[in-house]
Amino acid sequence: MSHLTDLPPWAAIAVCGLLLFGAAMTLIGSLGLLRLPSFYDRLHAPTIATSGGTILICLASMLCFAVLQSRWIFHELLIIFFITVTTPVTLMLLGQATLYRDRVENRQDVPRKPKPAAELDSE
Amino acid sequence: MRAWLPYPLFSIALFLMWLLLNQSVAPGSIVVGVFLSALLGWVLVKLQPTRSRLHRLGLMGSLALAVAADIVRSNVAVAGIILRARGRPANTGFMSVDVDLENENALALLACILTATPGTAWLEYDRRRKSLLIHVLDIDNEDLWRRTVKRYAAGLKEILQ
Repeated sequence: MSHLTDLPPWAAIAVCGLLLFGAAMTLIGSLGLLRLPSFYDRLHAPTIATSGGTILICLASMLCFAVLQSRWIFHELLIIFFITVTTPVTLMLLGQATLYRDRVENRQDVPRKPKPAAELDSE
Repeated sequence: MRAWLPYPLFSIALFLMWLLLNQSVAPGSIVVGVFLSALLGWVLVKLQPTRSRLHRLGLMGSLALAVAADIVRSNVAVAGIILRARGRPANTGFMSVDVDLENENALALLACILTATPGTAWLEYDRRRKSLLIHVLDIDNEDLWRRTVKRYAAGLKEILQ
């Protein structure tokens, strides 16, 4: 497809470094899913993959193809933008669902639901 | 301008996105982009999103830089916590922060920032009490997190009031 061997050494090293770091970040995120003990802790693990991993891998792609085609390439920024904007939706959905379930089950290690405003006023 | 484009910023953003996706500034793609962004601006009217104006563009730049620095720092910190999770379990916990934001767009942006920085997860925002419940991986630095969230909220409030 493309001629990756045409990449000058400095660019190849930079692209490799970015790719490896990005892949390592994503791997650590997945490891976190396996190793962290509670559900709320595990909520944090994938966000490493969606922020650090995505940004580094997209930067590597931008650099690689910009050097190969000798022009500026920015459309990977859209991937970073849309992943950053859409991740909170799933994360909040999962968090709220778990919080709701834990409150219904009366678990003690979860913060109580704040009292409604009417009770606040009468206090 | 409002007579032609109900949401100018949204239309400009769509236009830029179109050019980026096409990777060209040829006259053809500019014409299609202008047409599409104007048309979709009118579609957005039906959704009635909250309008907000941008103020203090300089502050926006410094806030973006602070967010970028925080993303890098917390990525490294959380990676460290996960890698040594077996040896010493991280000290995690819930905390609530008073966040005085009315604007929906500002709240959405704050949620994006908090999610993009690993180590903080947005759980619940209570509009009446104006308090935000988050879960943090490193509860030992509770004061630091509280200060960070408040600083972002203050910055966002000034930019989008």
